[in-house]
Amino acid sequence: MTTVIEVEGVSKKFKIHHERHQSLKERLLHPRSGTTEVFDALQSINFTVGEGETLGIVGHNGSGKSTLLKCICGVLKPTTGEIRLRGNLAALLELGAGFQTELSGRDNVYLYGAMLGLSRKAVDGIFDDVVAFSEIGQFIDTQVKFYSSGMYVRLAFAVAVNVDPDILVVDEVLSVGDERFQAKCVDRIMRFQQEGRTILLVTHNADQVRALCDRAIVLDRGEMIADGPTRDSLRIFREHLLADAVEHDPSHLLGTVHIESVSTPSGSFEVKSGAGLHLDVSVVSQTAYSGNFVMELFTHNGLLVSRSDAQGAPVNLLPGHNHVAVDLGQIPLLDGVYNLNVGIVDPRGHNVIAWSERAATIQVTYDGREGGIVELGATIRQQ
Amino acid sequence: MSDAPLAGQRSRSLEDTPVRVVSARVSLTTRLGNVWSRRELLLGLIISDIRIKYKNSTLGLFWSMVAPAFTLGVYFLVFNVFLKNGYPNFVIYLFSGLIVWNMFQSSIITATGVIVDRAALVKKVSFPREILALSNVGAAVVYFFAQLLVLVIVVGALGHAPAWKFMLILPISFISLCLLTSALGIVLSAINVYLRDMRHLIEVFLQLWFYMTPIVYSYEHAIAPHLQIRGITWVYFLNPLTLIVVTFQRVFYVNTIVHSTVAPHPIIDVLPTWSFDRFLILNALLLGVALVAFFIAEAIFGRLEGEFESEL
Repeated sequence: MTTVIEVEGVSKKFKIHHERHQSLKERLLHPRSGTTEVFDALQSINFTVGEGETLGIVGHNGSGKSTLLKCICGVLKPTTGEIRLRGNLAALLELGAGFQTELSGRDNVYLYGAMLGLSRKAVDGIFDDVVAFSEIGQFIDTQVKFYSSGMYVRLAFAVAVNVDPDILVVDEVLSVGDERFQAKCVDRIMRFQQEGRTILLVTHNADQVRALCDRAIVLDRGEMIADGPTRDSLRIFREHLLADAVEHDPSHLLGTVHIESVSTPSGSFEVKSGAGLHLDVSVVSQTAYSGNFVMELFTHNGLLVSRSDAQGAPVNLLPGHNHVAVDLGQIPLLDGVYNLNVGIVDPRGHNVIAWSERAATIQVTYDGREGGIVELGATIRQQ
Repeated sequence: MSDAPLAGQRSRSLEDTPVRVVSARVSLTTRLGNVWSRRELLLGLIISDIRIKYKNSTLGLFWSMVAPAFTLGVYFLVFNVFLKNGYPNFVIYLFSGLIVWNMFQSSIITATGVIVDRAALVKKVSFPREILALSNVGAAVVYFFAQLLVLVIVVGALGHAPAWKFMLILPISFISLCLLTSALGIVLSAINVYLRDMRHLIEVFLQLWFYMTPIVYSYEHAIAPHLQIRGITWVYFLNPLTLIVVTFQRVFYVNTIVHSTVAPHPIIDVLPTWSFDRFLILNALLLGVALVAFFIAEAIFGRLEGEFESEL
């Protein structure tokens, strides 16, 4: 596999001016005032991405993921280190940043295309596809300043995905447009994957990473703390988020509750499809706490099968060992390995108090004729 | 929607494509190479600059000719009819210097502010940033040619023959003008990011510069005698625009010595009586200087560019 992106020892320092003196008078009057602080946004990051890989970059706000992406795109220059790239790159960073609102949609398509490195002729070639994908229709000759924000972003996205990039960089943009357009965007990204293009996806939406990426790296305060298969990286990311939350926890609740284990009465996590499974979750708590219990079930390749909670009925934890029973009445799943995550969140669902990623692995056996994930039990007959 | 051409495994292999490097220091040749490789973007920005300027106006680019033509008319009235400074066809003299100055001034004023004005773009899209300043120069070049056309029409209408032979030097002079303007524009656009007063400072300074350049007066008549006595003629030519303006005047105004149109018709030395060869050599030297200035400007810009994101 050809290496497409090589990030070697990349660090980025920002200067933060606390007292900005940008006018001559102020500079002359206060030659030394105004402190400048150096902020390490990235600290010697190393990784490579091969051709056709889809790499997720996760991290909470301020972890440096956007800075890293901007360095890869060439918008920012790393303070030290080097990034080597092969092939052309299209970035979906803050869509429409290059638009001139005074110009028509048509002119902007050409200008934006030029910014992404396309010749006029090349834009001629993709122009119809861009208009079709963006669903702008007859408004293409209207000045962009009259566009709605949705139209604006759609047009920018349409240009970026139609430039035939070797590397596509996506930064939190999948949250734009209405749901149907979002689905279309995800669709397009998946097709890029099938075509063997390299994709970098930056998001803090773990579900999206799980669905699209083979591999993920995790950034925390400018440092890379994980690089590996998506589910391993995401586990580290969640644990880190939790550890981080413990530090900044005003009520000092976090860390007081710990999910110790998940067990079954028989000790086996093998279950026949259609049968039930009784899970016993052992929770250690240092204080009395009443919260909501959440469980998630994923297929082994990361598709969310179900997320459910205690349905408003709080789980009352007492100091010491507690047991929470999870009854899966009838598991309609087909054969496969399923991963279970369990956790406790506060009653409003804002904060995770305790979380256990892959607390258990459930093996489902099925001997029927259906294929897929779930047994629908359809009966088919001729009328 | 025609999705077909993109579907399926891509045949293109990346194995043989060249590797691009993003790092803190970029060599000057790489910088210039990057600018050259994005010339399509430069062209796009120039076109959009002009489009925006004349958006919603019926006459469009025609205005860039109407306005200078009108200015020319006013000068004609002032200097040939009312004030009568004695130079025959003074309008041509004035206008051949003025088109050079207009190109220089409008480029510098717009380029100085361009990186701050387009901060949103600079922070989000990757391209060689000096292209922004270059696009302002490019747009000014387009207006320059519109004004040149007006000048040619006026020269023809007044039945005034230009110095055909000297016209060969004109391209050299013009390229020097473009390079020098770009060099200054690029540097100022970067400095303005750190020192926002630059924009206002340069406007004031340009007024002084205008009068240091022989546009509304004759160098040979008003300045040269005083400098020649002290043997410091070269001082005046430290202003690189002087040679360019004088070359343009030599081509279009032609006459180095004229008889005043005002009684008692004394002789006026309007332009230097240099030979063609001397003009050629001086212009070639200036082109060399301009090239060096452009490279230096690129190098300075490369140094200053590194911390734009902390300042914008």
